[in-house]
Amino acid sequence: MNNQRSQAEIVRQSLKSRYRKERRFRAYGVLAIAIALGALLTLFTDIIGKGYTGFLKTTITMEVQLDGEMMYLDDPTDERQIKMADFVEPLVQALIKEIPGATEDDRDQVRGLINPYASVTLRDALTANPDWLGTSRTMTFLSHTNVDVYVKHAGDDAYSIKLNDQQKAWVDELQERGVIETSFNDVFFSGGDSRDPSRAGILGAIVGSLLTMFVTLILSFPIGVAAAIYLEEFAPQNKFTDFIEVNINNLAAVPSIIFGLLGLAVFINLFGMPRSVPVVGGLVLTLMTLPTIIISSRAAIKSVPPSIREAAEGIGASKMQVVLHHVLPLAMPGMLTGSIIGMAQALGETAPLLLIGMVAFIVDVPDGFLDSATVLPVQVFLWAGSPELAFIERASAAIMVLLTFLISMNALAIWMRKRLERRW
Amino acid sequence: MKLNKALATVALAGSVAAMSAPAMARDTISIVGSSTVYPFATVVAERFGTKTDFSTPKLESTGSGGGLKLFCQGIGTQHPDITNASRRMKTSEFELCQSNGVTDITEFRIGSDGIVIASSKEAENLDITLEQLFLALGSKVPVNGEWVANPNKNWSDVDSSLPNKPIRVMGPPPTSGTRDSFNELALAAGCDQLPEAANLSKDEHASICESVREDGAFIEAGENDNLIVQKLIGDEGMYGVFGYSFMEENSDRLQAATLNGKVPTAEAIAADDYPVARSLFFYVKKAHVGVVPGIQEYVSEFTSNAAMGQNGYLKDVGLIVPPRAALMDLMDKAENMPNLTLDELK
Repeated sequence: MNNQRSQAEIVRQSLKSRYRKERRFRAYGVLAIAIALGALLTLFTDIIGKGYTGFLKTTITMEVQLDGEMMYLDDPTDERQIKMADFVEPLVQALIKEIPGATEDDRDQVRGLINPYASVTLRDALTANPDWLGTSRTMTFLSHTNVDVYVKHAGDDAYSIKLNDQQKAWVDELQERGVIETSFNDVFFSGGDSRDPSRAGILGAIVGSLLTMFVTLILSFPIGVAAAIYLEEFAPQNKFTDFIEVNINNLAAVPSIIFGLLGLAVFINLFGMPRSVPVVGGLVLTLMTLPTIIISSRAAIKSVPPSIREAAEGIGASKMQVVLHHVLPLAMPGMLTGSIIGMAQALGETAPLLLIGMVAFIVDVPDGFLDSATVLPVQVFLWAGSPELAFIERASAAIMVLLTFLISMNALAIWMRKRLERRW
Repeated sequence: MKLNKALATVALAGSVAAMSAPAMARDTISIVGSSTVYPFATVVAERFGTKTDFSTPKLESTGSGGGLKLFCQGIGTQHPDITNASRRMKTSEFELCQSNGVTDITEFRIGSDGIVIASSKEAENLDITLEQLFLALGSKVPVNGEWVANPNKNWSDVDSSLPNKPIRVMGPPPTSGTRDSFNELALAAGCDQLPEAANLSKDEHASICESVREDGAFIEAGENDNLIVQKLIGDEGMYGVFGYSFMEENSDRLQAATLNGKVPTAEAIAADDYPVARSLFFYVKKAHVGVVPGIQEYVSEFTSNAAMGQNGYLKDVGLIVPPRAALMDLMDKAENMPNLTLDELK
């Protein structure tokens, strides 16, 4: 009796410290989550804080006199004349008119406010509308990148302002009068890469990513699912299949750059496929995602209860009918989830693409599987390494676009799992 | 059964997509090579793309050595047409090219790139040899035959002719190409002047001769050259390392140090008469001219007065353009595309 009571006593006495221990243990868990969330939050605030200006462009709207004499042009349909015409002069003249106090002597400084490629915009507008010649039009052009940086980041130490005091005063005045404006950066979503940050766009990389992902999906999903079904349902259990299984698990852990080397050696050097094209990129990423898809598909097949197979077999279904009519449909949600996660991984991959030439300066938006292309993470990498400071915000903006794609893919995976998953 | 068919169709479509790739004609010029030339070549490529009906060339920054290796891999559209280099082709690379059937190559020397040590006009200007520069900035220097952590605090500790002021130099971070060139062309060259450097193994040479001291005398300033300029103007005891083009832009406020008795000027750099300068090149595979459309036109855009003239757009992005006479030679080369020979490289 005495002994027992003292034991209950001991338990009661230790109770407090045990509760404390449990609370501490829980606190560690909360702390771990807080650290993870804090890191994520820092990442997001940094990227969004730096990058939101990337979604803005700075433009100059002015009345341009399309004077044929000034441009050495009397027939905009004549290709030779277009080649030799001066499309810069009307822009400079128009802007001088907008700036009170600016004269012909300031032309070099005024020209420094206009984007070097604005003349191309004017040329294209005139070749598309030859009847504009001799008229006066209100047109909107991109500003020079220096103006763009000044308008967005004046006073920010991270950026250096490359305008002189005279130009700054003009820009301030023009901004007040609404000649220089910032608006949504549609150029960013409608163009390819450029060495001029104001003109640089992400459409080329998005299209490149979609083409590459399409090739990856169309190859890795059927191959991965077929391999998983065979290994799970048909393959005999012996040393050889064990060996295959070990190798597949190994492949999932191989650094992705190795797949790039393999792609270079096999697809480009041996098969003679062109460099920098989405087909080769897709093939390399297929090799990389296959193990992930096979492993998750096998897990999905395994989770189908044996009673389903037995019931089907019991009413006389063949092995193939069992698999195709019962196991596969039930395992499909798990397979799709695994595939989407594998694809999301592939979407963020740059290392293997470096070796097959997809890390490249490509201006034209690709229009096929055999056109030179780059992908979203590569575009981020290229911009982040550019000497022009204005690319910092473009890189952060591109990261946001990439994250949007990744989040929506992962959300789709979760939604499908919730929606289609069956529990037994 | 339906699912079966669908699977088969998808698999078939996949394999067709995979098989139809080889032996494709290419209509985009493919350029590889040096990261130093990359910023210039991309600007030319983009201008070329907007000016002409050809598609914009594709550029990969692979480094000079990597570019030449790819370039010399063979003839055929899976291999690049042009490679950029921040050094001349080596004879071994030329031989690799020859053995892979890339026999006809044209070389273009497109200008140079120089690095200066600058200070405010108010400050005492440096007149320094590369050897002294290494002794001032190297992470390890020889003292009585032993390599020890750099003990020099003042410039005058290195040599009494130098100012009696603390050594303080701002420069670009290790990620920068300017820093690479500075390490290689200034520090390593200065290090090699020392008798002790002869005994270093190859690995030691790289780790000792090409590393900058990290005890606070050399300040990494980030990639923002403007910030260095601002610091130099505000602080007369500070020296800065950056590309020549930046010095030129700020020549009203800054002065450049004399290295090995040579003052950096655009002429001296273009003529290779300044120690911390190098020439930039690109090489064209002649067998691809006429096969891949636009190569000849791209080369003539690169060598045009609009690009490389005294008011050319490449000058705006920092290239030290060749003198007029050299540019005219380049233009002739672009028209005739003479073959590079092994004798020229020796």
